[in-house]
Amino acid sequence: MVDFSCSSDFNLLQGSFTMISIKGLYKQFGQLEVLKGINLEVKKGQVIVVIGPSGSGKTTMLRCLNVLETPTKGVISIEGQSLDFSKSVSKKSVASFRRLTGMVFQNYNLFPHKTALENVMEGPVIVKGEDKTAVRKKAQALLEKVGIGDKIDYYPAQLSGGQQQRVGIARALAMEPEVMLFDEPTSALDPELVGEVLKVMKDLALEGMTMIVVTHEMRFAREAADEVIFMDGGVVVERNKPEEIFTHPKEERTRKFLNMIQ
Amino acid sequence: MKMYLNSIFADPERTARLVDIAKTSLRPLLEGAVMNTIPLTIISFIIGLILAVLTALARISHVKFFQIIARIYVSAIRGTPLLVQLFIIFYGLPNIGVTIDPFISAVIGFSLSVGAYASEIIRAAILSIPKGQWEAGYSIGMSYTQALKRIILPQAARVSLPPLSNSFISLVKDTSLASVVLVTEMFRRAQEITAANYEFLLVYSEAALIYWVICFFLSVIQGFMERRLDRYV
Repeated sequence: MVDFSCSSDFNLLQGSFTMISIKGLYKQFGQLEVLKGINLEVKKGQVIVVIGPSGSGKTTMLRCLNVLETPTKGVISIEGQSLDFSKSVSKKSVASFRRLTGMVFQNYNLFPHKTALENVMEGPVIVKGEDKTAVRKKAQALLEKVGIGDKIDYYPAQLSGGQQQRVGIARALAMEPEVMLFDEPTSALDPELVGEVLKVMKDLALEGMTMIVVTHEMRFAREAADEVIFMDGGVVVERNKPEEIFTHPKEERTRKFLNMIQ
Repeated sequence: MKMYLNSIFADPERTARLVDIAKTSLRPLLEGAVMNTIPLTIISFIIGLILAVLTALARISHVKFFQIIARIYVSAIRGTPLLVQLFIIFYGLPNIGVTIDPFISAVIGFSLSVGAYASEIIRAAILSIPKGQWEAGYSIGMSYTQALKRIILPQAARVSLPPLSNSFISLVKDTSLASVVLVTEMFRRAQEITAANYEFLLVYSEAALIYWVICFFLSVIQGFMERRLDRYV
């Protein structure tokens, strides 16, 4: 008993308390069961890269964390707030739960009728009701941080894919989320633009942001991830440090997948 | 045609009379346009648009009841002639003790009509906005209403502007139907003028010309608005 409380205190001091906990997560689309009981814990400040073949459920899991998909059953907790999807969840609790996570989409999904700056300001001003002048400063700083401080008044259509995605990251950060979720953030980009987005993500990781990244960028996984999760068939097959999983995968399915993509 | 032209130009007295009628009818015609045709169009279109947005939202909502109400409304309005609808409102309703002023009757009829037709335009426009836009709104914590108002409708407005302009221009001309429910809009004025002088071709053509001028200006405004809304694409 004494040991237990000591170790938990120790963990807290290390800043490694649990940020995300997923228990028994199921998601069904009609007859198709996409997630078949996901259990996952992520500590504060961890960067988790999720890999796996298409149809393995990795994107669905990410979307469940942002409640863009409503899980069939299971419990998700982020920073102490929980949603139990075995019961019906209220719109209000979903809205407040969503604020804990920032989402970066494969296709950026910027608002085309708003400038880069307006895209970033939209959430804090409209959702949080913050003061516009203060938000403008914050948004400018965020766009500066992601390296497009000189293009804040451009519309998305006037920006390259890499620039749009960086605006997307700034837009999510503006809501000051506890966790950042990235859904294949570089998959829609031309190869020469991938680096600039990954660099922003790495910087974010170094600042201690808790991140879950679904990606095919194995170099990013090696360089920035604390742990890599391999998903297949709607379950977590293997979870390990990147160097371990890439060099000594324990599961046959992981080995096969890594052989195919490398 | 030749006879008519001959009758005008061969006879200076008749020419003078026609010029005089054209001149004196211009004022009442324009009056009818300014006092009734234009207000009737604008008021009906605004109410119709509000109805249309609500109907479109009901059609795409997940609540079956709203869907059904909206479907029946659109079906009933599209499936019956506007002229018949106006007759029911103005001449029919008094039979059950509901008597409505001509102008108001016309506003009701035209608003219901615009609401039904434009709802299909707006519904299609809303559905044409990628699902990712809703999701992006939700992902930064927006509610359905916030996402709709801030993200979806502004984009849908751009998509629906050309077809809605079409509806608006149609409505300008459709208001001539209000003449049958005794609204003294431009066409009814024209009828009143011809009743006194029998110069149907001249006066009706004059009215047609004024409709054309109004619609021409509206398409100029449409072009201006489209360029404005297109600036970010």
